[in-house]
Amino acid sequence: MTICVNGTEVSPPADARVSLLDLLREHLHLTGTKKGCDQGACGACTVLMDGDRVLSCLTLAAQAEGRDVRTVEGLPGGSDDLHPLQRAFVEHDGLQCGYCTPGQICSAIAMAEELRRGDPSYVTHDLTAGTLVATRAEIRERMSGNLCRCGAHNGIIDAIETMLAETGA
Amino acid sequence: MTPLTYIRASDRADALARAGSDGRFLGGGTNLVDLLRQNVERASALVDISSLDGAIRESESGGLFIDASVKNTALAAHPLVRSRYPVLARALLAGASAQIRNMATVGGNILQRTRCMYFYDVDGARCNKRQPGAGCDALYGFNRYHAILGASDQCVATHPSDMCVALAMLDAVIHLSGAAGERQVPLTDFHVLPGDTPQIETVLKSGDLITAVELPPPSDATVNSEYRKVRDRSSYAFALISVAGGLALADGQVAQARIALGGVAAKPWRARRAEQALVGRAPTPDAFLAAIREDLIDARPLSGNSFKIGLVERTMVAVLTALAGTNA
Repeated sequence: MTICVNGTEVSPPADARVSLLDLLREHLHLTGTKKGCDQGACGACTVLMDGDRVLSCLTLAAQAEGRDVRTVEGLPGGSDDLHPLQRAFVEHDGLQCGYCTPGQICSAIAMAEELRRGDPSYVTHDLTAGTLVATRAEIRERMSGNLCRCGAHNGIIDAIETMLAETGA
Repeated sequence: MTPLTYIRASDRADALARAGSDGRFLGGGTNLVDLLRQNVERASALVDISSLDGAIRESESGGLFIDASVKNTALAAHPLVRSRYPVLARALLAGASAQIRNMATVGGNILQRTRCMYFYDVDGARCNKRQPGAGCDALYGFNRYHAILGASDQCVATHPSDMCVALAMLDAVIHLSGAAGERQVPLTDFHVLPGDTPQIETVLKSGDLITAVELPPPSDATVNSEYRKVRDRSSYAFALISVAGGLALADGQVAQARIALGGVAAKPWRARRAEQALVGRAPTPDAFLAAIREDLIDARPLSGNSFKIGLVERTMVAVLTALAGTNA
């Protein structure tokens, strides 16, 4: 069985210990996905697996067999080859050093889908409400798995709000 | 991490047959992969059960039957959990991050291991849980996050799960499958206190597999329920302490109280003395405080965590006061 990475079928590594993150970076040279803590504490390695955001550092590559993996390199872009959220990050200074940015981008794209689905968060007041309001408090809570040591969080939230407004989420 | 083989189980019987003597079941991997990478744990084979069918359905008794491979995200978002067992939805959502909840399974959450930093520090610290007889560096070390109830001089680690605190409050039952067939264990009996054998954390036997978790039918005290977690930052951090509370009132008095505490012991701590003390009492902050003190009388704080006693008291009173609808 193969792993579909950004639309291309690739073989899983021979060594079962290889993480999805190391497969992406070291084997496939897709270095957009970043290795921060390598222990599930920072979110820099966030990728989309069958559309859901996951940590590629704590996922064994073998577990991705038969699954669809999308990284920051595989996001659909517009005329300038940037995803609308990437453009919003530039516009709102959602980064300084940029190391956490690919993880933030992948995470926020999946987060928008979770909001559309109506998944609650810890700060959702009414768990039984059918529709959610994407307040800044909701976005901050939902993005708490992505740390930014430059402290660009306010710009990141601004950028995400812009994307949600543009896409009508 | 030492070399290992990876096997994806095709179904439950296949998983049980292929685990062998040194194989480990792999759920989401959010804890086990990290433990293996840091050589806290070793395994010759991983049997991946994360892609087995994960369903949530109403049981014949009107409760909820949750397959062990259900992801934390799916359980928290389920309509029946949100409406009938809000304490469970809220506890799940208080745990980890969205990415980790998308990966983590219910079975794996129950079996996650302590986050005591001495347990993880293979090269630099002594730990009786990791190496029986080695000693415990947490006992007189950095023990802000450690236990105040049910600990021993061998181990003061806490169980880190939020979900399990809610499951303890709800009287959840764990379904197991193993060499001796199938059996059921109440969640409150599943984890064991450290005593002289802190390396033994549950009643699981070699080769046992958690197959499901069953919730009893909802009641007034599960529907009117809440989970409150106190931590060093407001999201994506393990609990200092947490309180799962449920309250049913009748004629202005407590008909039933359900209380479980997290972050205080090696297992979710059901505050049964407080629950019993409150029945028939008026739901006042003073009554709540007096009740929880009956459980906390056994607390034995360490050098760095005596603050937890007052924190549990205040949080428990706040939760039950909110549930009583008498926000003071």
